[in-house]
Amino acid sequence: MHEWQGQPRFRYEAELDLRFPEEVASMPGGRALFNCIQCGTCSGTCPLATYMDYSPRKIIAMTRAGFRDEVLHSFTIWLCASCYACAVECPRKIKITDFMSELKQRAIQEGVFPRRFPVAVLAREFYDSVRKWGRNSESRLVLRLYAKTNPLQLFRQIRLGFKLLRTGRFSLRVEAIEHPEELKKLLSAVESAKRDAFGLGSDHRTHQAAEVARGVT
Amino acid sequence: MKYLYYPGCSLKGTNRHYEESVLAVFKALDVDLEELADWNCCGATAYMAVDEMKAFALAARNLALAEQQGNSTAATLMAPCSGCYLVLSKTQHYLQEYSEVSHTIDHALKAARLSYSRQVQIRHPLDLLVNELGLQAIASKVQRPLQGLKVACYYGCQIVRPYAAFDDQVNPTSMDHLMKSLGADTVDWPLKTRCCGGSLMGTVPDVGLPLSYILLKEAQKRGADVVATVCPLCQFNLECYQDKMSEQFKEHLELPVVYFTQLMGVALGIPERQLGLQRLFIPLEPVLAKREGGRHVRV
Repeated sequence: MHEWQGQPRFRYEAELDLRFPEEVASMPGGRALFNCIQCGTCSGTCPLATYMDYSPRKIIAMTRAGFRDEVLHSFTIWLCASCYACAVECPRKIKITDFMSELKQRAIQEGVFPRRFPVAVLAREFYDSVRKWGRNSESRLVLRLYAKTNPLQLFRQIRLGFKLLRTGRFSLRVEAIEHPEELKKLLSAVESAKRDAFGLGSDHRTHQAAEVARGVT
Repeated sequence: MKYLYYPGCSLKGTNRHYEESVLAVFKALDVDLEELADWNCCGATAYMAVDEMKAFALAARNLALAEQQGNSTAATLMAPCSGCYLVLSKTQHYLQEYSEVSHTIDHALKAARLSYSRQVQIRHPLDLLVNELGLQAIASKVQRPLQGLKVACYYGCQIVRPYAAFDDQVNPTSMDHLMKSLGADTVDWPLKTRCCGGSLMGTVPDVGLPLSYILLKEAQKRGADVVATVCPLCQFNLECYQDKMSEQFKEHLELPVVYFTQLMGVALGIPERQLGLQRLFIPLEPVLAKREGGRHVRV
């Protein structure tokens, strides 16, 4: 993840990835990205903007210009809490929240986030739990999150843990559905449909290999 | 009247007092709720960040099951958690609007021997209570009016944005009207739909903590006795981290944060254990007693 240097980064056109905006705009309703008038309503509405390295408006501009690495490495995409405040205010009807979620998906697929970065780890753990059990067991999820990112947090949260126990809100029971095989069929059908439609996402596979070669992951 | 009920993970986990109070309130109002059999994860925000299409598939299975169980294509599925409500609604919209989503999901459902005809209505309990049962019907069943109680109604984000049509996206008022029909006062609180920080409280607490703190601080400043919530994540963030906020921001915070259905239950005279009031970190009863002029009425 890049530290913000205090001044804008610039790139020569040859260094930009001009396929990136097209790839991102392939999400449902994604063409609206090209309607952005850079008014900044999204950044003004966003309650998280103050903590972001690039404001939502900048992320849109950078995506359209092809700043692939900067966008996918930005802290911004992980700070979006999906409150949809920007999306309902956008005068050009851009699905900004869904666009941030699309960028998160791409960053996860390409593995471009620090190993123990909690937002991405939470997403992965959540995903795995659903794949295995069809449901997510809250207390277990949180324990696994801390164990994998910052075990010290477990000790810092001990008071909270006791209170949850005392009020009967803590449970290590594994929540599971009755027909996991049905769910497995459903999810693998999505997988194969996507393979047929996009030719095994060759694009990001190549990119991932390139990143690994450069030692990013 | 009967509705199908989609609990989601949180109402079976750390926020079972939401489930308890929802069930108790609907029962007291003579509405049958039937839990969706073999429901799976809704595909909430954290899952969607990994694979959106699979999230749609998860939500679509729930919708298909609802259609089967409701024995009608126009079944109503009630989702109390804002995260579930959003993902189920989003899936419904995308299935109707985008053919690429629609094709993939139909194909996946077929592989699991399911089908879905896009007709299930996804509703939040707040919407059902205010717009289907009606404030008058609720007011007529009040046994213990919440006289003088000042409530800050917190709607959070995902039940009003971007899909819900039952209330305003920035300045919703349905819960305010509901609380007034129970005899309570509501405080004017412009942050009612501002983000609580969501899962950032767990993942990036340096950011999550101040977001929730700002909400509570403003509610307190405006004279609220209690914050009423509609979402498990909001309730958890606003209530369970108050001691951490007090430490970090060097200021004592002790403001009860309850589910709107818990306040309803109290007004309807439902015993407190059935409403899960004993599960709150910051008890509600002292505030109620204070407002009732020192009379501590146990129900």
